[in-house]
Amino acid sequence: MVSAKIDIPQDTFLVGIGSSPGIAIGESFLLHRNRTTVVPRQITPEEVPGEVASFRRALKMSQVQLREVKDGVSDQRLVDHLYIIDTHLMILDDEMLVKDTISLIEKELLNAEAALQKTVRKFRDVFSSLEDEYLRDRQSDIDSVGDRILCNLTGETRQSLTDIDQKVVVIAHDLSPADTLQIDRKKIIGFVTDVGGRTSHTSILARSLGVPAVVGLETATALVPGGIPVIMDGTNGTLILNPSEMTFREYLRKKQDYEYQEQELLSYKELPAITRDGFRVSLQSNIELPMEISQALSQGTEGVGLMRSEFLFMGRPTPPDEEEQYHAYLEVVERMTPHPVTIRTLDVGGDKFVPEINLNDEMNPAMGLRGIRFSLNEKQMLNVQLRAILRASAQGPVRIMFPMLTGVAELRQCLEYLNAIKNELRTAGIKFDEKIPVGIMIETPAAALIADHLASEVDFFSIGTNDLIQYCLAVDRANEHVAYLYEPLHPAVLKALALICQAAEKNNIPVSMCGEMAGDPLYTLILLGLGINELSMNPSGLPRVKRILRQVDRSAGQKVIDEIFGLTTAQEVIQCLEKRMADLFPDLFGEPSF
Amino acid sequence: MKISKTMKIVNRLGLHARAAAQLVKTANLFTSEILIEKDEETVNAKSIMGILMLAAVCGSEITVNVDGDDAESAMQAVGELVENGFGED
Repeated sequence: MVSAKIDIPQDTFLVGIGSSPGIAIGESFLLHRNRTTVVPRQITPEEVPGEVASFRRALKMSQVQLREVKDGVSDQRLVDHLYIIDTHLMILDDEMLVKDTISLIEKELLNAEAALQKTVRKFRDVFSSLEDEYLRDRQSDIDSVGDRILCNLTGETRQSLTDIDQKVVVIAHDLSPADTLQIDRKKIIGFVTDVGGRTSHTSILARSLGVPAVVGLETATALVPGGIPVIMDGTNGTLILNPSEMTFREYLRKKQDYEYQEQELLSYKELPAITRDGFRVSLQSNIELPMEISQALSQGTEGVGLMRSEFLFMGRPTPPDEEEQYHAYLEVVERMTPHPVTIRTLDVGGDKFVPEINLNDEMNPAMGLRGIRFSLNEKQMLNVQLRAILRASAQGPVRIMFPMLTGVAELRQCLEYLNAIKNELRTAGIKFDEKIPVGIMIETPAAALIADHLASEVDFFSIGTNDLIQYCLAVDRANEHVAYLYEPLHPAVLKALALICQAAEKNNIPVSMCGEMAGDPLYTLILLGLGINELSMNPSGLPRVKRILRQVDRSAGQKVIDEIFGLTTAQEVIQCLEKRMADLFPDLFGEPSF
Repeated sequence: MKISKTMKIVNRLGLHARAAAQLVKTANLFTSEILIEKDEETVNAKSIMGILMLAAVCGSEITVNVDGDDAESAMQAVGELVENGFGED
């Protein structure tokens, strides 16, 4: 091992998958777990009962061990995840596993180890062929249970994480969820594994525990000896061996910044997003699934600015019926009350393709039958959806939003249609919010240019920046040849934003933004200057944006707008903006990204 | 007594680990044999591996076949679990 220390050059970078954010700096600890070598052996019929008995004994021992792990968990953050261990206990008890293994011992006269390995491999192969990524990752659960039984069969003692008594970064071939549950944060400051994916149970647990983790770094155990200084960054998946003094200092600062910011940002959670001179911005979340609500609430969200309903329609052969949609919307509404929930009607086509909905191949899908055009073409589907949304509006504040409009005629068609459905509900005596606000997403240049006409007929605007930028600049950002032209700060985009905001202000309706631009703190001052009332983003972005808003006056936003609106290229705007933000917020924008 | 019923998986993640574990737990409360069929594949509802291997994603249909003394209550319990999306979404 001593020679290995010398062999590894300073600042050797290895890259895996960052599966749990945070930085750990410390000594590596190589977890020795040689994979048990299994030698298949033909046994005599007389040996069969003995082999079966040892197999059953190994199952029992594994069960006892897992129960101990489960009973040892007291951390509240982990209690929710104990089903993982339950799953493993069930695998131990699984008749397929038990029967198949015993039958191999009896019929093929295989020794217990080999029989078990054969069974595990069979299941593993089935799982690895599954299409669903989440289910495919379950092969790691079967592997870890299989390994445990095997160890108990061979009587090998495995090095356990609980044996570690110093502060280390663990380097392992793989860690089972049971291992991860046993991590003592005071001792294990991070871990790196050769295998694993972002959705493996081990990664899920690491994130819940807040332990930085890098997984899938195929060569970690082969290249990293124990006892050398390492730095790992679970945010981007890097592992640095033998860091130089410069790298060490660099990361020490990054680590301190990261931890300080995490702490500090959370202290803003309960506070409103209000500028020092009293301009109030409502910070909301974009969500797809009801299960995302808890994370949004934990980051201090004030509502759902965009509920993408198309995800209810994905991965299934037929669209969800009214009841199913109603319950999905209701759950979000009930959990968010008193905060508002903005539900966008089905937005398919373009980059949001739902394969189950039969869209004919189009030459140019981004400009084809998509968004509201699709819904107006599929009235029955829209009918069902609007009824479900309206019904949910009886239980809490809901707003309806139509995507991808290009003109007033289209809007009037939507409103007429909505009114007809409201009448249907009234006649049937079904309750809904009579004053339900109706808004549109402004995401086409056409809608931006006639924003003043549109504003007089709706209750709110929501700017969908991703599409607005693409249509404005005629750039498909998924197309590698032109993606470089996708520039949120292109003067044309800024002009479009200004038009939309002015029209909203003149007509006295609120304007929201729910594209990626809303969640990037670099743009916060511009959006503030434009007078945007509501920003909706991925929940993790909320604290940073809020912090910026609370530290400035609205005039700071206006000043930035004045500075950048005369500039002629996106490059000039970026340079000017980055400098301005670094001056105002040196701790958030001060260091060049590394 | 033998009963058979077709139902739809409505929770977003489908029969993934947490949902499958719940199904196995529920199935084990009954003495009846409970088989789950999907796309011509049949597994025992008391086997977690079997259920996971069905790869029953959201929107897929499964047929539950129950046979035994407590078949009716078993079917009801399994049905409720599936219909309620395993209490998830």
